[in-house]
Amino acid sequence: MKQFFKILLFVILVSCSSNDTEKEVTITLKFSHNWDGVSVNSSDFNSFKFSTLNGESVNIERLRYVVSNIMLNENSKDYQLVDLGENSGLEITFNNVQTGINTLQFTFGFADKDNVDGIYQDLNSTSFNVPMMLGGGYHYMQLDGKYKDVNNLDANFNYHVIRAVDRSDPNNLILEDTSFLVDLGNVNIEGDSTIEIKMNIAEWFKNPNTWDLNVLNTVLMPNFNAQKLMNANGKTVFSLGKRTQN
Amino acid sequence: MRSYWYITFLLLFFSCSSSEIEQYTPVPYELEIPKLFQDKLIAPILPIDNPLTEEGVALGKKLFFDKTLSKDGTQSCASCHNPSKAFTDNLKTSIGVDGISGKRNAMPLYNLAWNFDENFSWDGKDFTLENQALDPVRNPIELHANWTNVANRLQSNSEYKTLFNRAFGTSKIDSILVTKAIAQFERTLISGNSKFDQYLLGNTTLTPEEENGFNVFMEEAKGDCFHCHGSNNNPLWTDNLFHNNGLDRSFLDLGLGAVTGDPADNGKFKTPSLRNLAFTAPYMHDGRFNTLEEVINHYSEGLQPSATIDPLMKKVNQGGVNLTAKDKADLKAFLLTLTDFDFVNNPNFQE
Ligand code: HEC
Ligand code: HEC
Repeated sequence: MKQFFKILLFVILVSCSSNDTEKEVTITLKFSHNWDGVSVNSSDFNSFKFSTLNGESVNIERLRYVVSNIMLNENSKDYQLVDLGENSGLEITFNNVQTGINTLQFTFGFADKDNVDGIYQDLNSTSFNVPMMLGGGYHYMQLDGKYKDVNNLDANFNYHVIRAVDRSDPNNLILEDTSFLVDLGNVNIEGDSTIEIKMNIAEWFKNPNTWDLNVLNTVLMPNFNAQKLMNANGKTVFSLGKRTQN
Repeated sequence: MRSYWYITFLLLFFSCSSSEIEQYTPVPYELEIPKLFQDKLIAPILPIDNPLTEEGVALGKKLFFDKTLSKDGTQSCASCHNPSKAFTDNLKTSIGVDGISGKRNAMPLYNLAWNFDENFSWDGKDFTLENQALDPVRNPIELHANWTNVANRLQSNSEYKTLFNRAFGTSKIDSILVTKAIAQFERTLISGNSKFDQYLLGNTTLTPEEENGFNVFMEEAKGDCFHCHGSNNNPLWTDNLFHNNGLDRSFLDLGLGAVTGDPADNGKFKTPSLRNLAFTAPYMHDGRFNTLEEVINHYSEGLQPSATIDPLMKKVNQGGVNLTAKDKADLKAFLLTLTDFDFVNNPNFQE
């Protein structure tokens, strides 16, 4: 019985102590998706609603990606899988954010030191792994869908972003870390609020490399050059969106 | 916070049990989780409102094999889910008590607690194992009984009364408790000891053919099976999600589409695990393929285009990626390394 009261007391103490620093607020980071400004939700999947800069009409059937080392000043989260199709992982909440100027940044994918084969149970359970023959670790992104080919027939694409790997000699893989830092700069935090992080999906097909799905559609994981192109295009995909007070 | 609740719970428990003198306390059942599952996967789904107990599991097993659950006492769950066939029936589509053939192939039953979204059946129509077990009993093409009758029959059996009392603390038998017990038994059906598991644990080696077959499975330009069917890092060998793997141009059975009402889900079925294929022929939701050769030929050159075919199916216009004869044979050899003889011979799972 004593033990019980001790614990009760402890619980009460802990829950109270978080109330007495007034400058700490709750911030939710919210990932939103658009195609050149037109909002994209899971309900927009499976129909040919979008066009790439190169002119291919596309539909999206799967979009999931990892962001890691998400940092809002000293608040951080190791990684998160964002899955638009399943509407999961779209938010990250930090509870003890100091008001004032905070810097917001994260890594798209996993930097090499974190991209260790098989260590994340949640990502294994949802089959986000990269085969060992390609250096192991995890996908950074899976964007799957269909495009209309030159004959206006449906064709599949698998825009899978991983660490670039040159497999010319299967016994001696050459790996290049193609994750990248997304620095969203300074945000001024005054109270509990939601910060939108926008992904413009069209950018993956656009800038600086105009993507031709007729050429680069499937089997891009073992394609070193394709991974380099994705890495370049990815740099302009994210931007800071609306900030709303809660 | 956890320990706080735990202690409150204990206190409540003790204060209650002291007033009810003759209450039997069931013994918690320790699930033996294979090392690879423990290492690689998140925890299995064990609902707090139906914790596994020795008594509950044993009762569930008895019910699973009991023909009392059918309209005319001719079939049990095990009639279609035979433990020596990894809990399938080897029929193209299952036949119920009235001799009527359903439209679906009986699914194998193992590692069900690792179906994290808890969507069961080929089309995901049943949410949670407890709910799933309600269906076969009243389904006209399966046991075709009526739950009230089944409960009454069990109620009039003094042995069952005792067993329910020990497992659930009441001898008032109803469909809720019957399905809870069955679901407990089903959660103990774990298959995690195949040759490939032993290989991953470093206890055995693969033949060069099996090794090449695994590479075909993993290589994006070849099989590219791992995006849906698991890998060395996902020893379930399924993603438990729904896909159209290109079987048909148009669909007699809409699968997931009939459940969600979304045409974009038409022709999608749950990815089956690739464990124990040696015991579970014929294959696919309608049992259309008798052999693994036919399955592999399908993926290699038999793909049928449709609006909902999964984007992971490559070169659909050419029917698929056209694997060489050697790669096909090796892929089959690899698939068979996922056979778990311990599972089909496990005495705990036999009648
Ligand atoms: C007449 C044959 C038959 C009988 C009897 C039968 N089943 Fe099934 N079972 C099937 C078929 C066929 C499916 C696939 C159903 C579908 O997709 O519509 C299935 C699916 C299942 C599944 C889903 C597995 C998964 O991975 O999604 C479970 C669990 C199951 N049955 C348990 C039971 C239980 C428990 C009983 C007894 C109460 C039972 N079955 C009786 C034929 C049968
Ligand atoms: C897009 C996801 C996906 C990919 C990739 C995929 N499968 Fe499947 N697989 C499925 C689905 C879904 C089914 C069930 C389809 C049905 O019954 O309608 C299935 C069924 C099977 C079955 C039948 C199992 C049974 O118990 O009936 C086998 C065997 C199989 N796949 C092997 C493979 C192999 C080998 C590869 C690679 C060449 C592969 N699959 C690639 C999704 C996939």
